[in-house]
Amino acid sequence: MQPVFKSLRLAAVSLVTAAGLCAPAGAAEPALRVVASFSILGDLVRQVGGERVAVEVLVGPGSDAHVYSPKPAQAKQVGQAQLVFSNGMGFDGWMARLLKSAGFKGRHVVASAGIQPLKGAADEHGHGHAHAAADPHVWQDVARVQAYVKNIAQGLCAADAAGCDSYRSNAAAYGQQLDALDQEIRRAWSAIPAQQRLVISSHDAFGYYASAYGVRFLAPQGVSTDSEASAQGVARLVRQIRQEKASALFVESIADPRLIEQIARETGLKASSEGLYSDSLAPQGEAASYLGMMRYNTRVLIAAIQRR
Amino acid sequence: MSADMLDGLSLAGLWALLIEPFLEFGFMRRALAGCLALSVSAAPMGVFLMLRRMSMTGDAMAHAILPGAAIGYLFAGLSLGAMTIGGIVAGLVVAVASGLVARGTVLREDASMAAFYLISLALGVLIVSTRGNNVDLLHVLFGTVLSLDDPALWLLVGIAGFTLLGLAVLYRPLVLECLDPAFLRSVSRWSPVSHYGFLALLVINLVAGFHALGTLMSVGLMVLPAAGARFWTRAIGPMLALASGFALLACTVGLLVSYHADWPTSPVIVMVLGLLYLGSLLVGRQGLLGRLWRSPVHLKA
Repeated sequence: MQPVFKSLRLAAVSLVTAAGLCAPAGAAEPALRVVASFSILGDLVRQVGGERVAVEVLVGPGSDAHVYSPKPAQAKQVGQAQLVFSNGMGFDGWMARLLKSAGFKGRHVVASAGIQPLKGAADEHGHGHAHAAADPHVWQDVARVQAYVKNIAQGLCAADAAGCDSYRSNAAAYGQQLDALDQEIRRAWSAIPAQQRLVISSHDAFGYYASAYGVRFLAPQGVSTDSEASAQGVARLVRQIRQEKASALFVESIADPRLIEQIARETGLKASSEGLYSDSLAPQGEAASYLGMMRYNTRVLIAAIQRR
Repeated sequence: MSADMLDGLSLAGLWALLIEPFLEFGFMRRALAGCLALSVSAAPMGVFLMLRRMSMTGDAMAHAILPGAAIGYLFAGLSLGAMTIGGIVAGLVVAVASGLVARGTVLREDASMAAFYLISLALGVLIVSTRGNNVDLLHVLFGTVLSLDDPALWLLVGIAGFTLLGLAVLYRPLVLECLDPAFLRSVSRWSPVSHYGFLALLVINLVAGFHALGTLMSVGLMVLPAAGARFWTRAIGPMLALASGFALLACTVGLLVSYHADWPTSPVIVMVLGLLYLGSLLVGRQGLLGRLWRSPVHLKA
């Protein structure tokens, strides 16, 4: 129900602003109007900001931030916001241009500031790029999200000194939840022998998860596109699964369940039917919050490995 | 590719090029077995289609089957049985209805078949569009020769056996009708039996081809080998054998090319069939060049 309510409220807000009224709809008047670039960051800002902050998210749940193009109404939201959060590391590189074109006068906080980035997935394939770009999907490591939360709290305090105590205590409480989640994920993986923690996945967003929790992610070979499969493509994937002794397979690029069955027959490894959430929250359900998403991904990954 | 080609000069290279893919991967063996079954039945069907000037009918019927299979898919998912039955029912309805109209009214066979297959196609698209989920359906309509499982293989083998049996029973009236339909119609009540029996065989073969190559490509395995074989011989027996041989050769080569060159499988198979056809057109005994060197011999004789 919550997303429906949210979008209703959003519609109400934009209607009111379109009518030229300045007061936002809603009972408790928020002290800060904030825009976050994508859904995961939006959730983190909400957790820290609490009721004092009204958060709008530009790239909503289920949408891809890599190929986002701002709508005029969103440019208006940005122009009226006092504070804007982006992820940085090239993930939402369109933000700088949007701030300029929207005439944004407030404060811009890069949530990943100060975090030492991992190299991007590009150099794992051996293309020989000299300078692999930073992997921006930092939130896949729960421990590193603590730095996000600190940056968010600092940004909010700087824009709204009156609410600073509340932001600090929210951030501390959420930080404890993050700690607990981090421990929970580590405990869950400790039951799986290290050599079994090998997953073939068409996502390239799990570099931080891999390094934090000791899981290896390999890109599937052969079937990268959703065009009709070639015999070589299927053969390469089969050979890869056999040679690497992969324990789980997440290939959303293979939409034909019969081909998945055929690969399962050949290798004894059936592709998981559940998807992983890499860089956006789910519109509803467990993975609609950051904590829930990380829990969900971990459970799906481990279930796929244990199903073998 | 070029490394593969160079390797191909040695015996071990030939082994790696031609045999090893089938030894290493079960899905390659299954694809080959499915192609073998299809080649044995669909290619001879194509010969009779061609001799009866119904090659385009084969194409129309392939479209008529599509919505039936789609409806089966919508009700039962990717179920082999539901899609087979749906396809056969839709195909038979179109075949019988257009045949009845052609034999009972002023409309000719081609026009009535076009009318009915378009109705069937529109109905199918309508149902699919209103029920959604057409992403999966695209994968259904394209080839799946790489994902043939045991039931699908048995279905192909069963259809191949049934087709050979049916062709053996219908052989005499079919040949007679190919040569002189008016004569058969005047001397025998077998004419409608052979006509509808043949259309029924056509439908089940198109359904078999649809499971392996997808609706769009399944007609290729009928029409192209038959048309190619026609350039080499006029006798029906050798033509049937040659068409089957062409089909099997093209399937094997197509699978191997798809394996080595990383190209999608069913279009490659149909392209190899097309090359065999074009080659036959050029150098076949009754092809373009064949006629040039054959005509003086005729003058002497």
